[in-house]
Amino acid sequence: MISFWTLFSKELLRFLKVSVQTVAAPVLTSLLYLVIFGQALEGRMQVFDGVRYTAFLVPGLVMMSVLQNSFANSSSSLIQSKITGNIVFILLAPISYAEFFLAYVAASVVRGLAVGAGVLVFTAAFVELRLEAPLWTLAFAFLGAALLGALGLLAGIVSEKIDQLAAFQNFVILPLTMLSGVFYSIHSLPGLWRGLSHANPFFYMIDGFRYGFFGASDVPPGVSLGIVVLSFLMVAGLCLGLLKSGYKLRS
Amino acid sequence: MHALSGVSLAIEQGEFFGLLGPNGAGKTTLINVIAGLARADAGSVTVLGADVAVDYRRARRMLGVVPQELVFDPFFTVRETLRIQSGYFGIRGNDVWIDEVMHHLDLTAKADANMRSLSGGMKRRVLIAQALVHKPPVIVLDEPTAGVDVELRQGLWQFVRRLNRDGHTIVLTTHYLEEAEVHCSRIAMLKAGRLVALDSTRNLLASVSGSRITAHVMARDGSRHTFQIDGYAQLERELARLRQQGVEIADIELERPDLEQVFLRLTS
Repeated sequence: MISFWTLFSKELLRFLKVSVQTVAAPVLTSLLYLVIFGQALEGRMQVFDGVRYTAFLVPGLVMMSVLQNSFANSSSSLIQSKITGNIVFILLAPISYAEFFLAYVAASVVRGLAVGAGVLVFTAAFVELRLEAPLWTLAFAFLGAALLGALGLLAGIVSEKIDQLAAFQNFVILPLTMLSGVFYSIHSLPGLWRGLSHANPFFYMIDGFRYGFFGASDVPPGVSLGIVVLSFLMVAGLCLGLLKSGYKLRS
Repeated sequence: MHALSGVSLAIEQGEFFGLLGPNGAGKTTLINVIAGLARADAGSVTVLGADVAVDYRRARRMLGVVPQELVFDPFFTVRETLRIQSGYFGIRGNDVWIDEVMHHLDLTAKADANMRSLSGGMKRRVLIAQALVHKPPVIVLDEPTAGVDVELRQGLWQFVRRLNRDGHTIVLTTHYLEEAEVHCSRIAMLKAGRLVALDSTRNLLASVSGSRITAHVMARDGSRHTFQIDGYAQLERELARLRQQGVEIADIELERPDLEQVFLRLTS
């Protein structure tokens, strides 16, 4: 247990020591999105009845930053440790692969939620928000962060170089988050794109998270939650299997 | 192609054991297998009875490994690094021992310095301290003095010898054969992944030329006389013989067998 707590707190310290870059910068990015898209589209787009566009936008931006930062935390930490070689300190220690997994994912969840909370606090100053079902919001934030933390760990394990990880981040994670309905409701999309959006697991996380705010969503939140849980279990299982085998960590 | 093949050896508890061999012989691979950083295709390794693959948590608790590469985590200070490493091994509140280790490795003044700001030699000391935070009964040093200045080298050996006297088993790989000769009581030599020698340091040295001493005598007339003796007691007799022959001695050079000769003979 002490091994897990140590690795977990080391991972927390790692991003807290550079919190300007790991927390403040992504909060600022989200605020810029809000200012630009809010300004451009306010009054031109109505998604839910009685909900202004900027209010609709905020939960999506919050969740997007939760997801992107959870992914960034575990993936960048692991790839840096692999490249600099200091991963050896963890590999030499009597830390089980389950503790390894839990520590990296838990720290990613904390970073994701910290950035998400930061975005929420700052945007709440500009936009009036309701919170119809806070438990749904919390459940999706937590599970979404865990899923992306695990996905980041997976990418960190498989990647050997920074550019491989960057490719995964830029060509998989970024498009999937941007096309997940952060800026629009998928009901406004033509048939094919709407269908494709349903194949994007990120869509369910954003949609379910938003349900907690407005009590309205494109898909029933229970269905979304089921899909997110299932995705997490699949990624977690894959991660644990790779960690147990020592894939690309132990020769 | 295997990095190691058919290597079978037992290191006794409390031993100061040397693992020698040319580059690419498989020394680091062997250490990585012992430490669990690499997995053997076949065979097994146990550390004080714990199998490194099956019972890996127990095996790793008994091992302190100083890796060859100068690695560090740039986010932390020396003290933080050592506290974190203690925690990985399940130890909390380890500051008394951490202070002691830092003291012996002359790191106290740098305790709160960031790892990034340390010189190479200092980083090497922190690596050694990290391997010792959990007081492992077996300490593995993979090329510990590579790139380390003379002063630290002396201090380091003093500390390692003390650990050995206190009952820690030491396993050392080094390129500096004289270090192995001075410190190790037993030595294994690897070549191309195979064990080519495994014996006490004394026996290995004796094997070169029956532990004989070679003497080179330079005469005033420029001639050179070389002979072998079994001990220094014989030297006077041989010199007397030369004088009788009219040789005026200008200089004498004595050459004792060293590990380098053993090493060259076995690995070339």
